[in-house]
Amino acid sequence: MTKRETSLGALVAFVVIVVAPLLNALPPEESFFHLSNFSLNLYGKFLTFGVLAISVDLLWGYTGLLSLGQSLFFALGGYAFGMHLMLLIGKLGQYHSDLPDFMVFLGYPKLPPHWVPFKHFWFALGAVALVPGLLALVFGFLAFRSRIKGVYFSILTQALTYGACLLFYRNDFTFGGNNGLTDYKFLLGHDLRSAATQRALYISSALLLLGVYLFSRWLTTTKFGKVQRAIRDSENRVLFSGYAAANFKLFVFVVCAMIAGLGGALYVPQVGIINPSEMEPVKSLEAVVWVAVGGRGTLVGPIIGAVIVNAFKNYANRAFPDYWLMLEGLLFIFSVLFMPKGIVGLPAQIRAALSRPKREEEPAKPAAPAPAPVEAEAESV
Amino acid sequence: MKEFILAAEDVNKTFQGFKAISNLNFYMDKGELRTVIGPNGAGKTTFLDLITGRSKPDTGSIKFEEKTELTDLNEYQIYRLGVGRKFQTPTVYVDHTVFENLVLSLEGSRGVFNALFARVTPAQRDRIHEILKTINLANKADVKAGTLAHGQKQWLEIGMLLAQNAKLLLVDEPAAGMTDEETVRTGELLLSLAGKHSIIVIEHDMLFVRQIATKVTVLHQGAVLCEGTVDDVQNNEKVIEVYLGRSKARA
Repeated sequence: MTKRETSLGALVAFVVIVVAPLLNALPPEESFFHLSNFSLNLYGKFLTFGVLAISVDLLWGYTGLLSLGQSLFFALGGYAFGMHLMLLIGKLGQYHSDLPDFMVFLGYPKLPPHWVPFKHFWFALGAVALVPGLLALVFGFLAFRSRIKGVYFSILTQALTYGACLLFYRNDFTFGGNNGLTDYKFLLGHDLRSAATQRALYISSALLLLGVYLFSRWLTTTKFGKVQRAIRDSENRVLFSGYAAANFKLFVFVVCAMIAGLGGALYVPQVGIINPSEMEPVKSLEAVVWVAVGGRGTLVGPIIGAVIVNAFKNYANRAFPDYWLMLEGLLFIFSVLFMPKGIVGLPAQIRAALSRPKREEEPAKPAAPAPAPVEAEAESV
Repeated sequence: MKEFILAAEDVNKTFQGFKAISNLNFYMDKGELRTVIGPNGAGKTTFLDLITGRSKPDTGSIKFEEKTELTDLNEYQIYRLGVGRKFQTPTVYVDHTVFENLVLSLEGSRGVFNALFARVTPAQRDRIHEILKTINLANKADVKAGTLAHGQKQWLEIGMLLAQNAKLLLVDEPAAGMTDEETVRTGELLLSLAGKHSIIVIEHDMLFVRQIATKVTVLHQGAVLCEGTVDDVQNNEKVIEVYLGRSKARA
């Protein structure tokens, strides 16, 4: 990374972490510079998607493991934190009971034992990372030991998230069935719906994203990172160089599950609900699209992709709600076909295209639709 | 008497009815440079697959240093015993620099947690530069391996075996795709390694075989046809029949 890129990155981080919340807090609402609560909350959500996207890319772009179930870990982190938030509602629920509403509704006599420790903030915080990590450990151990690779691995991860999704839809699974967990009131003694709390959550999301980014940057520069990319490029050679590739894959799979879980934990209080639809396979596919659009195999790419695609989604869902899924599919196909390195790779791609003036048509066109989302990103920053 | 570095006995391997290796017996002394030749489909590469754990024999035993049964182990366990392999088509990490390729191959811990905190020590750096000189890639250290010419990739992969400091090197067609001059240099390199390491070279190029070979094993239909010096082998009736018989008959 060049010096200029580093200072640009620091500037962006400063704007996202410091300037944006200040613009929300300080200027009066009618001011031109005021950033609305709604917008800040929206961007906070995008930042947690950025965390999820990095976890997808550490697996896909860096290790060659296309996980189509990464949203499962995101949702599990969300559920773990949501459970804590549910227990903080107290008697303020619809039924004025100590039990969460859905438990009263479904006739639970008392809190199920596995819910009890989630009363404690620190326990919930640990579970946010450890529950996804544990599931990834068990699943990854079995998959990698059996040397399940490539498309088979992808299909299995998709099946895993779908299976979990069906399980969470069941009312008797003790996590609120299809309604999930919602109607949160407090977090650490603060009113969750107040602007200040939401601002703190936004800042936490930005800091988490920064931390995950820096961690990933460190990880990819270590020898571990080299082995990771070696597995992606030539797993056989890795085995014949004495590395137990399965252990390396397992480690990164677990780490990525934990990262996704942390992202999910901050996502839930900002959107106010977690339900099994977050585990549907399409959610994981979306995360893959973000990475493809932003730039696979880079760490900035997934963040840019997550923010831009979601900003675009946010706009498209209002402008033409019926066509969003189709647009997203087109976006993905377009990226794969014409921007193999994503938005991040676009400058290099354009430069290469310009230095090769004979074929002017094909590379110039793909560049055209990109500017629209780029503006969206600028707005979000 | 010298210890056998490798002893394969009564090894059989069948692929969907095709007998790739059939009652193969193969013994090799420590420090030996052995060349294995044989027509296509003789089972040469399959034999290397069996030694390195890529596939398992149906029956038979392959012992390393007369004590370790290789057929019970997997690829990386066998590697850790000190068995290194160069593939027929050069297999290097294309997205890593030449230097990084060697870093990943250097002997030392292969653990996950070690990899997180390992630094390249000055001693390792020196060792890598030494290897780079040996394989004639000193000025390519920071070049991505994927951009190397075919022959250079071959050398890099040999360099990776050197970095590993393997006891037994299995070298599958090292001269393929090399110029004559490069081939001669490769031969010299392998000869310089013999003695310190035990080496099995699989090769088709008879000129190259003549350059390096002290003892040649001819494989045919998955079994050893004959063994001896290059001249012995080239004058052997059976070998001539296997290699040239059909074309002679046609002529």
